Amino acid sequence: MININEVFETNNMIEKENFDVRTITMGISLLDCIDSDLAETNRKIREKILSKAQNLVSTGNEISNELGVPIVNKRVSVTPIALIGSACCHTPDDFVTIAKTLDDCAKTIGINFIGGYSALVSEGMTAADELLIHSIPKALATTERVCSSINVGSTKQGINMDAVRLMGDIVRETAELTGDEDGLGCAKLVIFCNAPDDNPFMAGAFHGVTMPDAVINVGVSGPGVVKCALEECRDADFEVLCETIKKTAFKITRVGQLVAQEASKRLGVPFGIIDLSLAPTPAIGDSVADILEEMGLERAGAPGTTAALALLNDQVKKGGVMASSYVGGLSGAFIPVSEDQGMINAVEAGALTIEKLEAMTCVCSVGLDMIAIPGDTKATTISGIIADEMALGMINQKTTAVRLIPAIGKGVGDTVEFGGLLGHAPIMPVNQFDCSRFVSRGGRIPAPVHSFKN
Amino acid sequence: MKRTIITVVGKDTVGIIAKVCTYLADNNMNILDISQTITGGFFNMMMIVDVSASGKAFADVKSDLEELGKGIGVSIHVQSEEIFDMMHRI
Repeated sequence: MININEVFETNNMIEKENFDVRTITMGISLLDCIDSDLAETNRKIREKILSKAQNLVSTGNEISNELGVPIVNKRVSVTPIALIGSACCHTPDDFVTIAKTLDDCAKTIGINFIGGYSALVSEGMTAADELLIHSIPKALATTERVCSSINVGSTKQGINMDAVRLMGDIVRETAELTGDEDGLGCAKLVIFCNAPDDNPFMAGAFHGVTMPDAVINVGVSGPGVVKCALEECRDADFEVLCETIKKTAFKITRVGQLVAQEASKRLGVPFGIIDLSLAPTPAIGDSVADILEEMGLERAGAPGTTAALALLNDQVKKGGVMASSYVGGLSGAFIPVSEDQGMINAVEAGALTIEKLEAMTCVCSVGLDMIAIPGDTKATTISGIIADEMALGMINQKTTAVRLIPAIGKGVGDTVEFGGLLGHAPIMPVNQFDCSRFVSRGGRIPAPVHSFKN
Repeated sequence: MKRTIITVVGKDTVGIIAKVCTYLADNNMNILDISQTITGGFFNMMMIVDVSASGKAFADVKSDLEELGKGIGVSIHVQSEEIFDMMHRI
C-alpha cells in the first residue's frame, strides 16, 4: 500500500515544485471536411471540432480535480489547413476565413490554443501551400488562439530554400501586423525541420495525415521537480546526477500516462502519445536554465552548457520512455528564452547569445524558441537564421524549429512583453553581416547522405 | 474498490483526526490505513479511504473536506489513489 512519504513526495512536487501536466491536446482530422465550397468547408470544420472536443475542457478539469494535479492547458490540433483548404481557397483571404473559424471554435469550447494552421512543404509548395503561407500574417493578426507552423525541411527530403526565403518575409510581416502587441503573432508561428506528426505542444502542434480520426496526446512538464531533485545531489558525480534525472522523469511521466489513459477513456478517443518534455514557464522555479545552473554552471550559456543540456535531454528521455506505453512528440528539454526566467536572466547577464542557443539546439528537444530580435532585422537575415537551424535538424536527423520575434520599433536593450505563458524577453543582438545572396538563390538543398558520419 | 487518499497538513490542534473521521463515518466511508506524524509542530496525516459504499460524488467529498479543513485551520486534500500508484509503483 502507498505510504505517507510517497504521498507527501508527490504532493510536494505539485505544491512546491510547480509539477503539472502541461497540456491535453486532442488531435482532430479535418480530412473529411474538405469541400470545393468555402462556406461549406468552414461549416464542416466547425461541426467536426465542436462535436469531437466539446467535452475536452470539462473532462480535463474533472481529471485534474480527482488526481489533484493541475492540467494547465487543453488544446486542439487539426490536420494542416493547407490540405483542408486546397479545394476551396483561391486567395490568401479565403484561408483567413478558415483561421477565423478555428479561432471561433477554440473560444466556443474554451481552449487557449488551436494548432494546425500549417503547411508541409519540405520538398515543394503547392498553390494552396503558398496561399496559406501568404495568409499567415493576416490570419495571426486577426485571430487570438490560432497557431501556425510550416515544415520546410526534413532529413529525407532536404531543405526547401524557396520556403525558407519566403518565411523570412512572413515572419517580418507577421511582426509588423502585430507590432502593437510586440509581435505577438510571431509567438504563434513555428518553422520546422523534421516536424513530428503528433506533437501536443503549441505553437507547432498539428494533426498528421497518418493519424487516426481523433487522438489524445498529453504533454507533461516539471523542470522545477528535476531542479529540486538535483539540489539533493549537488556534489555527486555524473552517474548519480543522471540516475536522479532519470528517476524524476520517470515519476512525472507516469502521471502524464495516467492522465492520458483517463482522458482517452472518458472522451472515447484513442490515446496517441505522451510528450515528456521539460517545458518551462516564466514562473520562478519552473526553469530549464535553473537545472543547468544547478548542475554547476554559473549561468546558462557558460562553457559546458551544451554538454549539460545534452545529458539532461537524454536522461529525461531514458527515464520517460519506460514510464509511458507510447512516447512521441518533441520529448526532451525545451529552451524557449521568453518563457524561462533563468534563460531571460542569462541573456540579461550577457551569458547567452543566439549563437550559443544555436549550439544548444543541436542537443535540446526543438530549436531556437521565443527569441526576440531587433525590429530592423532584415527578412533575408531571418531566412539565414532559419536555414542554419533547419540544416542542424536535417543533418542530425532531429526536429528543429525556429520561433523568432522581430520587435518592430525596438532594438537591443529593449524588452518585449507577451504576458502569461509566453512571458517576456530581452531583445538579443543578431549578427549584422549579410546573407541575402545565399538565401535568395532559390531551389532546394538536397537531402544529405546517411553514411560517412563524422 | 475505489480508494481515495486524504492528506491533512497544518498546525497541530486538538481533534483534527476526530473531526475528519466523524465526517468519513457519517458518509459511510471506510478507513483502510492511517499514518500520522508531527514535525516541528506541524501535523501531517495521510489516510487511505474506501469511498465505494458512499453515494457521494468525488467533487462533493473534496469540497466538503476542504471546507472542514478551513474550519480547523488545516489544509485537507482529497485525491484518487491512482496518481500515487502510478508514480511510485511499477
